[in-house]
Amino acid sequence: MKAGIVVFPGINRERDMAIALERSAGRAPRMVWHRESDLSGLDLVVIPGGFSYGDYLRCGAMAAQSPIMGAIRAHAARGGHVLGVCNGFQILIEAGLLPGALLRNQGLRFLAMDCHLKVERADTDFTRHYQAGEVFRAPMAHGDGNYFADAATLDRLEGEGRVIFRYATPTGEITPEANRNGSQRNIAGIASENLRVLGLMPHPEDLVDPLMGGEDGKPLFDSICAALAA
Amino acid sequence: MKAVVTVMLKNGVLDPQGKAIGQALSGLGFDGVGEVRAGKVIEVELAETDPAKAKAAAEEMARKLLANTVIESFKVEIAA
Repeated sequence: MKAGIVVFPGINRERDMAIALERSAGRAPRMVWHRESDLSGLDLVVIPGGFSYGDYLRCGAMAAQSPIMGAIRAHAARGGHVLGVCNGFQILIEAGLLPGALLRNQGLRFLAMDCHLKVERADTDFTRHYQAGEVFRAPMAHGDGNYFADAATLDRLEGEGRVIFRYATPTGEITPEANRNGSQRNIAGIASENLRVLGLMPHPEDLVDPLMGGEDGKPLFDSICAALAA
Repeated sequence: MKAVVTVMLKNGVLDPQGKAIGQALSGLGFDGVGEVRAGKVIEVELAETDPAKAKAAAEEMARKLLANTVIESFKVEIAA
């Protein structure tokens, strides 16, 4: 699998993402600066977390207008895989590659803590090394992760099986208490219609080595590497 | 001319910031504070001299970038 990590000014999680990808893929990803426009040869394009353009206007709004976004749209349109984590998820939403919006956390506080994610389906290229219904731990660190969409969009996402991760208790219950940022229907991660564009707020790349305190996030990277192994 | 674009969260979209401001106002002793909603104002200087064209241009800017119409509504006013 050839992966590329898109780096915008203000992005700060690209190195952690590179470590996670390299551990699973066995080769280092290509770092792509936002002024570039060529993503050819890449199987997976990753937009990591951080604070692109200082979160000016709205989180992800500036990056969504960046030159590289045209190439990312084209990559997605030809069925390429895209992963957006945290600010990367916000950017994918602002760019219109995923539906909805990410609002300020309901408690107004920046949340830096572990959360637990329930895997809604394990038959996607990003989740095949998890079990459906499995719960894994993931750190989160965001101020604007409160997923919002109108009821019709939410119903469509659910009906099409595009809700991939939900905030849950460690035992897998979907409760308001587990949903610290106030996301509608506990939604933590969603996918595109073809399930090849995935966005989520928490950081699976932060738990891919026992030295980090666990390997809960590693199956996600193992999954996409297995899916795109060639 | 100058376009003044006011961006507000749509009705029905939770505005925790507005809520917090409202609670703080009540805490300061201001009685009878109802719902508070927070938004932003963006001023754009335009070379255009025709007010109708300037307004149309600013509305296009609002739709494409200044507002996220999934959650926000906007209003454009042209100041001379």
